[in-house]
Amino acid sequence: MATTDYTIPGEPDLETVDININVGPQHPATHGVFRMVLTVDGELVTDVDPVIGYMHRGNEKLPENCDYRQVIGYHDRTDYLAQFNTEQCFVEAVEKLTGIKPTERSEYIRVILVELNRIMSHLMFIGAFSTDVGIFGTSFMYAFRDREYVQDFFEEITGERMMYNYFRPGGLAWDVPDNFRERCKQVLGHINSGLKDLEGMIVDNEIVLARCRGLSRVSTKDAINWGLTGPLLRATGLEYDLRKAEPYSIYDRFEFEIPTGKDGDVYDRVIIRLEEMKQSVRIVEQALAGLPGGPIMAEGMKRTLRVPEGEVYMRVEGPRGEYGVYIVGTGTDKPYRHKVRGASFCNLSALRAMSIGNYLSDVIIILGSIDIVLCEVDR
Amino acid sequence: MLGILKALKTTLQAALRKPVTVQYPLEKKELPHRSRGLPVLLWDFDVDEPFCTGCQVCARACPVDCITVTMKDNPKKAAGKSTRKKIVEHFYLDYARCMRCDICVEVCNFDAIVMNNTWEGVELATYDRQDLVLDADALLKQSRTGQLKDPFREPMGVAHSGWSPKVEDDEEAEETEASKEGGEG
Repeated sequence: MATTDYTIPGEPDLETVDININVGPQHPATHGVFRMVLTVDGELVTDVDPVIGYMHRGNEKLPENCDYRQVIGYHDRTDYLAQFNTEQCFVEAVEKLTGIKPTERSEYIRVILVELNRIMSHLMFIGAFSTDVGIFGTSFMYAFRDREYVQDFFEEITGERMMYNYFRPGGLAWDVPDNFRERCKQVLGHINSGLKDLEGMIVDNEIVLARCRGLSRVSTKDAINWGLTGPLLRATGLEYDLRKAEPYSIYDRFEFEIPTGKDGDVYDRVIIRLEEMKQSVRIVEQALAGLPGGPIMAEGMKRTLRVPEGEVYMRVEGPRGEYGVYIVGTGTDKPYRHKVRGASFCNLSALRAMSIGNYLSDVIIILGSIDIVLCEVDR
Repeated sequence: MLGILKALKTTLQAALRKPVTVQYPLEKKELPHRSRGLPVLLWDFDVDEPFCTGCQVCARACPVDCITVTMKDNPKKAAGKSTRKKIVEHFYLDYARCMRCDICVEVCNFDAIVMNNTWEGVELATYDRQDLVLDADALLKQSRTGQLKDPFREPMGVAHSGWSPKVEDDEEAEETEASKEGGEG
């Protein structure tokens, strides 16, 4: 422990000592089982030592003993707030390697569900973040009320509230119910009115403005060097979204904007997520208008899916950033190697650089603004 | 002054709004038709025996290995009452392990297993973990007593691009043997 060299004016010379504070692994502010060992000098944080691995379940190794259909279920459990996004990534990786072309209808349904899932994940972020900042109760409840509408909708389609296991290489497991369109519009209506409520609570809120503006400014250069993706990178002003930069699935057919920030501070990160939800609503509306009929599974699928020899890296824009899957196929029904790039794992690596020099209470906000999902970090 | 009025308006609106939550244990929301509780077996009332033949397809397809099945010769086939040559002898399903992925339902060739879409399929708290390992009788109970009225099962052939269950029987045998070799090799 290093002693500091300044003295407090008007006081006799005091020797101050840096102390370590342990936050987590069981702490509500760490959004899961994450541990930070903070070195503090008074109220200022001089060092952060993040400790991860409490949630490690071998999510990369396990699929090596599973066939390709079984792996989809494990992808739900990798990022448990954006399950459809992860499923889409894995399913598209397999499709890329095998050359299966998913049907038109299944692609549209996938996009609708993925964008609704993005909204769901951002709502969770807004709810949890506002609790971090200190606006207890109302905004959290608003966010969770709207999230519940989407979850109910997903339950009607897939049968599950969280671990859907619905996408398959080549299409979907089964078709959506007949009242899909009406229900989807209903859910969008709930989201739109809910977003207005949330905006009123967050955007001009004095607590948010006072605590988040100018906090942990990150420049675009730093963000790229640290490997940040998603809202954290876009908050620095760089217009980078994989849906536009490297259009996968059918994203090149939809019109939407990429919201960007200016300062790269915590406030921008929050506002960007609010804006992204609106853009997702736009995409869902367009996809719903263009939803064609037809089969939901590609023709000529074999019961046991065998992936040819080769390797593939597929990446999608998840709510937290770039979510990637790397698969090595060997001609059998099981992947030889299965690697996941978790967006929040890479974003979390910048925590130390972002939080040094800030106050202890602000470090909690900075951690919250990364929007970590510990299952994705530890896998 | 305007701010106070605005705040009062919000409070009044919130007070008059219908609550979005329900008092769960007293009042239960209706589960959607596709709701996926834990899997149960179905009872064939026509011949008074389970649909399950004990073919172990579900046990092999299960990602978490929570199913154990054995098969025996069907005594009703010898008596000429049933068309099933084989019938399930033991069926153990570990609910504590099951991750409700629906794959067993998807692969079953005999429509014998479904995800429970009633509240009984999710309210399963027990004091002992061992109580969550159910045998065939316990799994069949709900279907046999008629509580499981309308289970959801995706239409065969849709998800698998035009297979009919009949053709599948032959293919299935070939495929599973091939996959065994592939998996071990």
